[in-house]
Amino acid sequence: MSTSSGATRAPAVEARQLIKTYGDVTALGGMDLTVEPGTVFGLLGPNGAGKSTTVKILTTLARPDSGSATVAGHDVLRHPDRVRRAIGVVAQNSGADPVATGRENLRLQGRLHGLSRAGLGRRVAELLDRFHLADAADRTVKGYSGGMRRRLDVALGLVHRPEVLFLDEPTTGLDPETRAAMWDEIGRLAGEDGLTVLLTTHYLEEADRLAERIAIVDRGRVVVAGTPDSLKGELRGDAVHVELRQAIGEAGRTLLNGALGGLPGVHEVLVDGRRVSVRADEGAAAMPALLAALDRAGVGVATATVARPSLDDVYLRYAGRRYADAEADSAGDLVLAGTGGAR
Amino acid sequence: MSTAVAQTWYMTQRQLMVFVRQPAYAVITLIQPVIWLFLFGSLFKKVVELGGFGTTSYLDYLVPGVVVMSALSSNMWAGMGTLDEIQRGTLDRFLTTPVSRAALMNGNVVNNGLVTAFQSVVIVLLGLLGGADYPGGVVGIAVLVVASVLLGTVFGALSNALGMLVRERESIIGINTFLLLPLTFLSSAFMAPSQMPGWMRHVADFNPLDWAMVAGRSAMSGRPDWGDVLIRGGGLLTLAVAAVWLSIRTFRSYQRSV
Repeated sequence: MSTSSGATRAPAVEARQLIKTYGDVTALGGMDLTVEPGTVFGLLGPNGAGKSTTVKILTTLARPDSGSATVAGHDVLRHPDRVRRAIGVVAQNSGADPVATGRENLRLQGRLHGLSRAGLGRRVAELLDRFHLADAADRTVKGYSGGMRRRLDVALGLVHRPEVLFLDEPTTGLDPETRAAMWDEIGRLAGEDGLTVLLTTHYLEEADRLAERIAIVDRGRVVVAGTPDSLKGELRGDAVHVELRQAIGEAGRTLLNGALGGLPGVHEVLVDGRRVSVRADEGAAAMPALLAALDRAGVGVATATVARPSLDDVYLRYAGRRYADAEADSAGDLVLAGTGGAR
Repeated sequence: MSTAVAQTWYMTQRQLMVFVRQPAYAVITLIQPVIWLFLFGSLFKKVVELGGFGTTSYLDYLVPGVVVMSALSSNMWAGMGTLDEIQRGTLDRFLTTPVSRAALMNGNVVNNGLVTAFQSVVIVLLGLLGGADYPGGVVGIAVLVVASVLLGTVFGALSNALGMLVRERESIIGINTFLLLPLTFLSSAFMAPSQMPGWMRHVADFNPLDWAMVAGRSAMSGRPDWGDVLIRGGGLLTLAVAAVWLSIRTFRSYQRSV
């Protein structure tokens, strides 16, 4: 009756205590990661958190200072060749040859992976179709749009039917429309037979939408991992945001804190100028009492919204800072690091 | 073994495509040698009267010099192409496939060799058009082409290694502009060795550029000294193998730095 095959399947990616420094800069300070096979796993964090470095080590491009990792069951340090056969990599710059056509790029990639002549032609045609590049297949990549290039990049990573696909910031720099199309493509990948996808992103929304499990990375290590829902669920209840007609002063703030904090099912009242944020077990249920309390306090309400907790809230809780602030910090770091490039 | 050869061929094909699809680039790289050939050919025409050139036409003497010089000046920029590939992400894409590292580098070497051979032949033919005489015939010309390909390989591989190590255009530009003229003028490119100051002649003996010129000129002359050709050619081959080996090794230090 009971089958143990699910439980004994080895992780598609496993990293233990990866440490990597570049000069004085610590890119990874003990990165641990486990990705179950056949899932889409999101590595979420601001720029400079160590996502790209992790991907570079897992794809055999860089060597860690210490620590170990296996991909598709192969040790990245001892058997990099076996790892390379099992993975597809879509880096931030995948560098399709601009003077070659889309088809030629795909054919070369397939040949490097040792695909046979007959199988290669079929596979390339299939991918060109699937990524809506059939019409542009015989044009040089120089003339491709950003979205077309990105689709070609993903196709390049899939030519040899890898077991594990790495997508490093797949939608960075794309316009919203192209990004949405890319999300659909990635969503479809997840359904492919047994393919494991490790995705890095600094878009909270992207991780939330695509990944079954995510790990939040900050300053070179994983601060928390789980499904997006479980992570959000650990934050008690919904966020209720109320915007007031007028900003209230110090005295009004104390008054409101007392009035709202006492309501049943309401926690953590935060009043900031015109904005009042409240955490409630059931946002919708708490709303009438909340509005009534504000009315009694004689405060006019402009808008009121209920939101499920976002990954931003999760990030705030585990990394100890707002996501946008972390992004701004890392932007500063990058400027200071000068020509050091992306880490 | 056969996969390594096949992979080298795939990588060569890829590079040759750039050459074939952007023929303008190949033409531009030939403009400079043409200028050298006809400008210097006319300017120093009378210099043969000093003696020691082994010919009565300065153009005869100049052609091998210009062939070798342009082999140097086109190959020493190979590292710029490698830098482009690094920045575009192409190199990293290949490094995460099972392709052999030697094939990656040898694709460059074979491509550069073919382009150099093509350019060398064009310059030799332009010389012929200008009235140069090659008593050594096709064999002599072939020796010159092989020597310039070997020399190009030495500097092409070093340039690639440099590109991967420093990853800055400025360093390649700096080193190349620093090297090009001294290497050219401290050789027998424009002046017969017997007319050079003693110290220059001794320096030139250690200059691989000079080895290629001496080997080519000897083979192209009416009475080749094959011993001379073999020694110089052997020296160039040794250097080329060492430089390519070094550039393949450089992948490891590149991997440490990414």
